Amino acid sequence: MLEITSIEKGIVIDHITAGYGIQVFNYLNLDKADYNVALICNAYSQKMGKKDIIKINNVIDINYDFLGLIDPNATVNIIEDGKTIKKVKLEVPDRVENIIRCKNPRCVTSVEHYFPHVFHLVDKEKRSYRCEYCDDIVVPYPVK
Amino acid sequence: MLKNRSLIDPNDFTREEFREIFDLGHQIIADPAKFSKSCEGKILATLFYEPSTRTRLSFETAMLRLGGQVIGFSEAASSSTAKGESIADTLRTVECYADIAAMRHPKEGAPRLASHYIHMPLINAGDGGHQHPTQTLTDILTIERLRGNVENKTYGFCGDLKFGRTVHSLVKFLSNYEGVKFIFISPEELRVPEYIREEVVRKKGIPFQEVDQMEPYMGQLDFLYMTRVQRERFFNEEDYIRLKDRFILDKEKMSYARPDTYILHPLPRVNEISTEVDDDPRAQYFQQAKNGMYVRMALILKLLGIY
Repeated sequence: MLEITSIEKGIVIDHITAGYGIQVFNYLNLDKADYNVALICNAYSQKMGKKDIIKINNVIDINYDFLGLIDPNATVNIIEDGKTIKKVKLEVPDRVENIIRCKNPRCVTSVEHYFPHVFHLVDKEKRSYRCEYCDDIVVPYPVK
Repeated sequence: MLKNRSLIDPNDFTREEFREIFDLGHQIIADPAKFSKSCEGKILATLFYEPSTRTRLSFETAMLRLGGQVIGFSEAASSSTAKGESIADTLRTVECYADIAAMRHPKEGAPRLASHYIHMPLINAGDGGHQHPTQTLTDILTIERLRGNVENKTYGFCGDLKFGRTVHSLVKFLSNYEGVKFIFISPEELRVPEYIREEVVRKKGIPFQEVDQMEPYMGQLDFLYMTRVQRERFFNEEDYIRLKDRFILDKEKMSYARPDTYILHPLPRVNEISTEVDDDPRAQYFQQAKNGMYVRMALILKLLGIY
């Protein structure tokens, strides 16, 4: 049995849909962290079957829009003195900036690079987004 | 209040605001001389990064007929874009010289991007295969002059509905009106984009069909909006050649249409409407081009806050 001990002060991102943990890990640049971090993939979950978990032994800034975009069902627990002092409820963001990039080769974002890439939520259930410039619709993190 | 606003997408203005523009357009048609000095001292910049005949000339003629003046370029190669200047910098510079600008660009979303960097009114004169809202103004003014209003009618769209920006803008606009129905006639490869079908048409509960034949549906239409298969939008020449002659409107097909079904086309035409149809009184595409100048006059007056 793999054992990862609890943390004293930091953040635990739990209930991440299995398979998306590595994307959260990479987005938060945790591979460059100089403190303890753990990425647990395919952990057993009674509710989800399988889930990913990230434990961060430090308090860092987290872009909740990004987490909500990847998996609004994930939970973020802020830990102090080994106890959860705050739970952050994630939401599918209505608007995201510089998180998704437009893949339409006809979009102006493919040739001009000095402005933010902005997407607006189209369908909360499908988690689809529309490029502000060309209206192309993308589903960056499909519901699994 | 339309003063100092930009028109990039048909959803940028409310129905009431569009009504102001069309009402003024009808007034200009009735008495163009009354408006001949309205824009004295004002300058329109036409920034055309992609070739155009009707749209650029109608914008320029509109401003000249209002007593204003025009500056600009008609291809990217003759602007500082050829030196690598960004769209934002070009527009910020033009803003130093002009009071209002009309911009055409091959990349989708370029006018939206530009509008974030300037304060003067900007008009999208066509961006790639995306939107062309002033062609929609032209189309609507024409529809109103022919049939009184746009509501409770069945509109057929035929040809390249995937890259046809005039179709996207017109469908977006019409989707805000009661009783409209759409019949989309195209090869499967050139059907309307997902964002138009799902987010505009289906979301608003508008009845529509996607079909690949023209004749069986001609009798249902109040308007048939023909479009050209646009060579410049294809990355692959073979696909263009395979699809370009799929739908050609000729006298024989017109025989299936009702006596009150009008034919519109944003022009330019290649061969998708046979010239034998031009003399049919239901063919209204050249009148449509003329209306484009009047409605652009109205738009300029409104965005400059003169009327």
